Amino acid sequence: MARKNRPTAEIPNGSMADIAFLLLIFFLVTTTIANDKGIAMLLPPKPDPNQPPPEVTKNDRNIFKILANSQDRLLVEDEPLEDVSSLREMVKTFILNFGNPGEEGVQIYNSLPGSMKSYVSSYGRRIDYSDDPTEAVVSFKADRGTSYDLYVQVLDQVNAAYNEVYGERVGISANEFLQLDKDDPVQERKYFAARDGIPRAISIAEPNKIAN
Amino acid sequence: MPKFGKKSNTSQDIPTAALPDIIFMLLFFFMVTTVLRETDIMVKQKLPKAAQLTKLERKSLVSYIYIGEPKQSSLFGKEPKIQVNDVFVEVNEIVQFVNQEKDKLNEAERDQITMSMKVDVDSKMGIVSDVQQELREANARKILYSSIQTSSNI
Repeated sequence: MARKNRPTAEIPNGSMADIAFLLLIFFLVTTTIANDKGIAMLLPPKPDPNQPPPEVTKNDRNIFKILANSQDRLLVEDEPLEDVSSLREMVKTFILNFGNPGEEGVQIYNSLPGSMKSYVSSYGRRIDYSDDPTEAVVSFKADRGTSYDLYVQVLDQVNAAYNEVYGERVGISANEFLQLDKDDPVQERKYFAARDGIPRAISIAEPNKIAN
Repeated sequence: MPKFGKKSNTSQDIPTAALPDIIFMLLFFFMVTTVLRETDIMVKQKLPKAAQLTKLERKSLVSYIYIGEPKQSSLFGKEPKIQVNDVFVEVNEIVQFVNQEKDKLNEAERDQITMSMKVDVDSKMGIVSDVQQELREANARKILYSSIQTSSNI
């Protein structure tokens, strides 16, 4: 016997949108679209135990030495340095020195835009700085007691110097150089044109085993 | 002017029947993209500030190493510790961790693994360079010093 007046079996769906909105707002608030940024570095390969450590054959003038001690004091090219932010200009002058360029160095010099050539002739050509950009190496040695903050700041300055050089070569700023998208063929070509011949030679020396 | 005075016969209601569907679609999008933080960071994390930052290109290739003073200093002491995946590890366990992370990747991509170092500013270089030596040992050479973008001074 079928009963009459049965209540409707439908679920009211008028407030469905409201419920969905509530959930939507929850996820909107909790979402962190993670954008992890940082200073990229490539560590050297692990030393081969069967081979003696390679001897440094580079001329002393081709190595830009930065030392940091446990009191966070810097020694740059054997001179104490107080202001970290002045490193960038020093490194840039060091890379673009062209003191005694080899064949490749001359080629790179000729490929530079005019503004950089005049930069070289007004600040460069020092005998105690690098022969040419292909030879230049920036060496950074931190003590075990150096703060990580200083370490990152120094790396930041050295990278800024390189990015400025790269950017200027293709007529853009250091920030624009960093934002070049390597998936876009036009920008990729720009990137490689900027990097061509000038390696980002940053050497991180192993700290001493004993803190001093 | 009859041309402008003419009343339009079209209904002016926006159909709202599909509204729940649209909202659900947005909801699913955010549900899928949300990463509820998978690890509980147990060390202090005040990242350094820097200007010359690069973005990570492929997130799937990235593993994280957290270094800093433990938050619960009464339990773990005040010395900076290394944390990977929810646990504190010693320096000599890093190689094992890297190998585990590498096993999760395709064989062709294993060399491209990037280690993102999230190091507290108050840490010293000693522990960081110890970790780096281990990373060299484990052949995970691409690293990223995770930092916060400052308004660039260039």
